[in-house]
Amino acid sequence: MQLARIQFGFTVSFHIIFPAITIGLASYLAVLEGCWLRTRNDVYRTLYHFWSKIFAVNFGMGVVSGLVMAYEFGTNWSHFSDFAGGVTGPLLAYEVLTAFFLEAGFLGVMLFGWKRVGPELHFFATIMVAIGTLVSATWILASNSWMQTPQGYEIVAGRIVPTDWLRVIFNPSFPFRLAHMGMAAYLATTLMVGASGAWHLLRGRDDPAIRTMTSMAMWMLLIVAPVQAVIGDFHGLNTLEHQPIKIAAIEGHWENGSNSGVPLTLFGWPDSERETNRFALQVPHLGSVILTHTWNRQFRGLKEFPARDRPNVAVVFWSFRVMVGLGFLMIALGAWAAWARWRGALYRSRGLLRCAVFMGPAGIIAMLAGWITTEVGRQPWVVYGLLRTADAVASHSVAELSLSLALFVGVYFAVFGAGIHYLLRLIAVGPGADGTMQVAGGPGQPRHALRPLSLAPDPLGKPRGGASTPG
Amino acid sequence: MGINLPLIWAVIILFGVMVYVMMDGYDLGIGLLFPFVAGKDDRDVMMNTVAPVWDGNETWLVLGGAGLLVGFPLAYSVILSALYLPVVFMLLGLIFRGVAFEFRFKASEQHRHWWDKAFIGGSTVAAFSQGVILGAYIDGIPVVERGYAGGALDWLTPFSLFTGIGLCVAYALLGGTWLILKTGGALRARIIALSRPLSWALFAVIIAVSAWTPLAHPAIARRWFSLPTLVWFSPVPILVALAFWKLRQSLRGEPQAGPFVLTLCLVFLGYTGFGISVWPNVVPPAMSIWDAAGPPQSLGFTLVGALLVVPMILGYTAWGYYVFRGKVDASRGYH
Repeated sequence: MQLARIQFGFTVSFHIIFPAITIGLASYLAVLEGCWLRTRNDVYRTLYHFWSKIFAVNFGMGVVSGLVMAYEFGTNWSHFSDFAGGVTGPLLAYEVLTAFFLEAGFLGVMLFGWKRVGPELHFFATIMVAIGTLVSATWILASNSWMQTPQGYEIVAGRIVPTDWLRVIFNPSFPFRLAHMGMAAYLATTLMVGASGAWHLLRGRDDPAIRTMTSMAMWMLLIVAPVQAVIGDFHGLNTLEHQPIKIAAIEGHWENGSNSGVPLTLFGWPDSERETNRFALQVPHLGSVILTHTWNRQFRGLKEFPARDRPNVAVVFWSFRVMVGLGFLMIALGAWAAWARWRGALYRSRGLLRCAVFMGPAGIIAMLAGWITTEVGRQPWVVYGLLRTADAVASHSVAELSLSLALFVGVYFAVFGAGIHYLLRLIAVGPGADGTMQVAGGPGQPRHALRPLSLAPDPLGKPRGGASTPG
Repeated sequence: MGINLPLIWAVIILFGVMVYVMMDGYDLGIGLLFPFVAGKDDRDVMMNTVAPVWDGNETWLVLGGAGLLVGFPLAYSVILSALYLPVVFMLLGLIFRGVAFEFRFKASEQHRHWWDKAFIGGSTVAAFSQGVILGAYIDGIPVVERGYAGGALDWLTPFSLFTGIGLCVAYALLGGTWLILKTGGALRARIIALSRPLSWALFAVIIAVSAWTPLAHPAIARRWFSLPTLVWFSPVPILVALAFWKLRQSLRGEPQAGPFVLTLCLVFLGYTGFGISVWPNVVPPAMSIWDAAGPPQSLGFTLVGALLVVPMILGYTAWGYYVFRGKVDASRGYH
């Protein structure tokens, strides 16, 4: 079972990065195109073309890694699929259908139609793609949230039967998770864009396009990072209401003292054997303040729940701290950038720019840490309160799982390693370096490429050989 | 509800899998034929004939998986856990090959041969695994109390290995005849020469599978040779013989689309035979589509979306093929 979990966790962690960046970039592209249409400032158009190439590669990798996910629910969690397929199946199918709908209708126009449709129609296609990525995420988060806080179902003959789809989709944790994840996708993208701009500035490439993208990213960071903290707080209160064990694990909160507020454990090592935190550093009352918004009110500790219903406390405790710590760093970076901007040093402060580059992957890492918190925190349940993970797993031998896990790890690192390497090289070339869209087609060629990746250019810095490309 | 939802979903999934086998069949086949064509330019042309459409072809596989989970969650869970290893191999093969498609053109000269190998290897593994999955599926999957009751290597039988090879042959011929349609010059002559023995091989495979299936599976034999089925099954072998004869004929002359269409017919007929052998079971030998169906609320809810989107996918696929019609050659690309 551990191997099945590692395998699933590994592939899903890889997968989640690409759709999240896709969501963020799609909205960013819509904003860029909107700015361009309003101001007709070519800087926005240059940036649009640059980031749409990154978007295309990223989208392609999301499709490939998503293919695996569509089958892994059956191969690894067969009893879960049988038990809860009535709810998760349709939600997953709608996610797939939305993605295909997108590809069918608007992605082609967005990526390859720059010269063929009017600017308004093209802008419309971009907006539809941006909305579509969010709708897609909505379906998948509805499914995941339902597993955290199930409702709107009944159990007939040992299987879940949905009775009210509205209640299934709008389950209690869904709005908070959707907002939190949507903001996380935006933040991860913002940090990536900001880091790209900062990297170019540090290397002495200082042109209007680079400045604009750095500036936009820093504005975005200044606003979104604190908003995310507020949403996260609400999400936490919601979790306390519906999944108190998870909150107790996040806080490393074992038991309540007599008649006093719950302290906040900043750091420490939760020891499940001894049911206590070792080396704990605590701030009195702060736990109550954060989670109940009062000075003294208590919430339930881990000891009030049987040990067999508790998640792995150390993992949840630490992954949460990684996420929150990075979140505070993001807020700090946004504030620092605003201060530097006020002093007119935004594009010159090398310390700030270095930090921005360093923080480039922080959004992705925080997102993964957040998912580890919520998913490990749901354990030992796969559908909270209804189906234990141990009962959901397909019965495969250790040899079988070890072999396939080793293969997955090897293939993913080779394949997505090459993909990420290529993405980074694209970013390193920077905007405006290789013209605009006709790269994909070539003048006079009636070409509508259906492959997102074909938008991206061929070997960088080398001429395109006529024989090696269609079109 | 009045509507037979499991039946509708079974038809949707059968249709999706059929489209997948026919379309991804020929582009996997191109990977299988890669080792027999050496020149870089010729290989570029071969890839370019499918480059614009291959990922559209693979969407049908995703749709098949999602459809099975919606329509028949029990079958989805049983089949995928029974066939765990071949499914994993297939997915890994498809990943390798999909990425090779994109990065081969972007790789430098020194690295390209690696992507060629990834393309060949990925296509072969994916095609062979699909054949093994088919054979193991026909062999039947033991189910006890809603769970898979067999071992990790039950799928590994002489029959499934043979169907693995058989599907590779079918895909290779599909790929070859597709190339006859889409290419010209020396490459096309080479492919025609390859297709002739391949067509014999496919015929042999069809006969062998047709004989082996009822011999090894008494239940299927009973089904084939019992009365109502026998009547509407009888055209299948006749049509197979006819299609093969026409295929041989067209490969002798100056063929264009003929061989591809006829090979598609052969694959379709094989698929029909397969359908007749298992219908209405979704997990042979004993679980029917009604046993495995998900709750009607789920089937109905998703059907709305499927009926909206699937025709759209068909439409844009057809449009894509229309845009990329005509032959591909090394100097000019699409025209």
